[in-house]
Amino acid sequence: MSASNYATERETAEGKVFTVTGGDWDVVLSGTDPINDERIVVNMGPQHPSTHGVLRLVLELEGETVRELRSVVGYLHTGIEKNMEFRNWVQGSAFVTRMDYLAPLFNETAYALAVEKLLGIEEQITERATTIRVLMMELNRISSHLVWVATTAMELGAINMMLYGFREREYVLEIFELITGLRMNHAYVRPGGVAQDVPDEAIAKIRDFLKLMPKKLAEYEKMLSGQPIWLERTQNVGVLDATGCLAMGVTGPVLRSAGLAWDLRKTMPYCGYETYEFDVPTHTDGDVWGRYLVRLAEIRESLKLVEQAVDRLRPGPVMVADRKIAWPAQLAIGVDGMGNSLEHVAKIMGQSMESLIHHFKLVTEGFRVPPGQVYVGIEAPRGELGVHAVSDGGTRPYRVHYREPSFVNLQALPAMAEGGLIADVIAGGASLDPVMGGCDR
Amino acid sequence: MSAPQNRTDDGGVPVPVTPAGATGGAPAELPPSSPAGRGMFGDQGTGDVSGYGGLVRPQRSIEAATRPYGGYFDEVADALEEAYPAFGEAIEKVVVDRGELTLHIRSERIAEVCQVMRDDLSLRFELCSSVSAVDYLGADTRRLHVVYQLTSMTYRRQVRLEAAVSAEEPHLPSVTSIYPTADWQEREAYDMFGVIFDGHPGLTRILMPDDWEGHPQRKDYPLGGVPVEYKGAEIPPPDRRRSYQ
Repeated sequence: MSASNYATERETAEGKVFTVTGGDWDVVLSGTDPINDERIVVNMGPQHPSTHGVLRLVLELEGETVRELRSVVGYLHTGIEKNMEFRNWVQGSAFVTRMDYLAPLFNETAYALAVEKLLGIEEQITERATTIRVLMMELNRISSHLVWVATTAMELGAINMMLYGFREREYVLEIFELITGLRMNHAYVRPGGVAQDVPDEAIAKIRDFLKLMPKKLAEYEKMLSGQPIWLERTQNVGVLDATGCLAMGVTGPVLRSAGLAWDLRKTMPYCGYETYEFDVPTHTDGDVWGRYLVRLAEIRESLKLVEQAVDRLRPGPVMVADRKIAWPAQLAIGVDGMGNSLEHVAKIMGQSMESLIHHFKLVTEGFRVPPGQVYVGIEAPRGELGVHAVSDGGTRPYRVHYREPSFVNLQALPAMAEGGLIADVIAGGASLDPVMGGCDR
Repeated sequence: MSAPQNRTDDGGVPVPVTPAGATGGAPAELPPSSPAGRGMFGDQGTGDVSGYGGLVRPQRSIEAATRPYGGYFDEVADALEEAYPAFGEAIEKVVVDRGELTLHIRSERIAEVCQVMRDDLSLRFELCSSVSAVDYLGADTRRLHVVYQLTSMTYRRQVRLEAAVSAEEPHLPSVTSIYPTADWQEREAYDMFGVIFDGHPGLTRILMPDDWEGHPQRKDYPLGGVPVEYKGAEIPPPDRRRSYQ
């Protein structure tokens, strides 16, 4: 290697002269990238205790700062939408309830509303069935928000809140079990009404719950709202303003925490919500703290709605009178659990050939739905839950698409988390309340 | 899983041999809209001999609506016509059905229309609620319909835009630059239906694995599944069960 690599040389009368400049620093430095060389890529999930299910996050970190975040979804894709195309319209209820498993009654109600709109029988849905739907949805909103408080608090280090949140949720699930027979995956709200009536003991239990829950909410607030660690972890964390929310299509408590009082129950009412008295809580900070306050306030509003719905319940049918649509069942508790009542079976089997044929055709083939398409949006705990249902005139859905708020809202995670600390990714992601069963469907 | 044979074990009912165009890997099946793959006895009608009145209903075809559309639909159409010079060329059909307004848009114009729908002061569809697709195999030569649900929070209105593309040329402009929320939803429509959104920042699969072949929610894509034994009887997978037309 000659010296000229390091220094220019020239001939003089005194001989060769080298000028050493040491100016190769440009060359040396051009080989390194001071920003990117310090970056590491960290994979988080899909099996991770604080990603709220099988969500995978790929993070590009610079120290503890998140520079880029990409979420990867699809690990819980079960093909529900495709499967529904091979079952009849009523069977669809049992599929959609499994999407967002923390808010099954919202999935069912949105589906039932869409099918009823396709059938053109919205006017025939009985008062009692609609009131029961509102009652069940609002109880479900409480249980869903309780899981949110519980899991988010756990992810931010407050394990005690996790235990209390799940304890009270269990109470709601017991009410559901009394009414629908199941704690989750109810298939209770069916096109045309609901599967069965609400028993009296459930009403008593709901009234007990209405007395109990305000005290518990006060406890949660005492535990979290003034807690310095909770405040540090939530205030000014995961901020997304109303403009960002609208661009990313984020709805629900996250949008309301940014100050826009957009709640489909108020703005585009369905199920008679315009006749109930309740408020839409909002906050202006658009951070995790605001979302926490909005959700707690929504639990209070839902309690008000449940109380009004229970007061309104009047005896009456819970399924449409149209025998060509109404599910021909009369459920009762037998020795082997819930099933068709023996009297009903005896009547079908023993008394009337027509009623046997009718039962058989309706159960095996199902009813036909006139061709067309509808879109129904309802306010689920996570935001706008939309059902786009298409019928080709047959007994099966031609296509059902769910506009899942978990799926749409998750897109906003990079906007919330990039530039922040890695610890705040957890808080920001949790504050979106994604349910992967709904996201991936 | 092997391709289905000319089996007769489903209660003695012959099952059609593998249809043309079916590929290996998943159980082949004729599309649901094809009469050949369905029905218990090859019957072309409803198969109904019971006299059950609800079975045969006149099929209501969906016709293009004429003015007045009723409600706010006229205002939306007027405002769009005024704000968008190419209205006559871009709008193929206006349908009002079940209290919902659907504008059928020429597919290459969809991004322009969305831009006007979002920005015009008398339209103001700020929120793109949903983007999805429907496969109208056999009913339309441009079988893949992309459906956009737009919501105006200012006026509390909802409108559906529909753009049709063919399976051979499934291209249409992406609306992600207008509604960033369409990002994942367009990826889902690509994943499930193979619609290609030109100008999308990263059009990759989202729900299915990256190396998946085919687009599962197309109507000519089989559901798949394996027979299940229950109490000695073999229950075929859902798309191979005997069913009504």
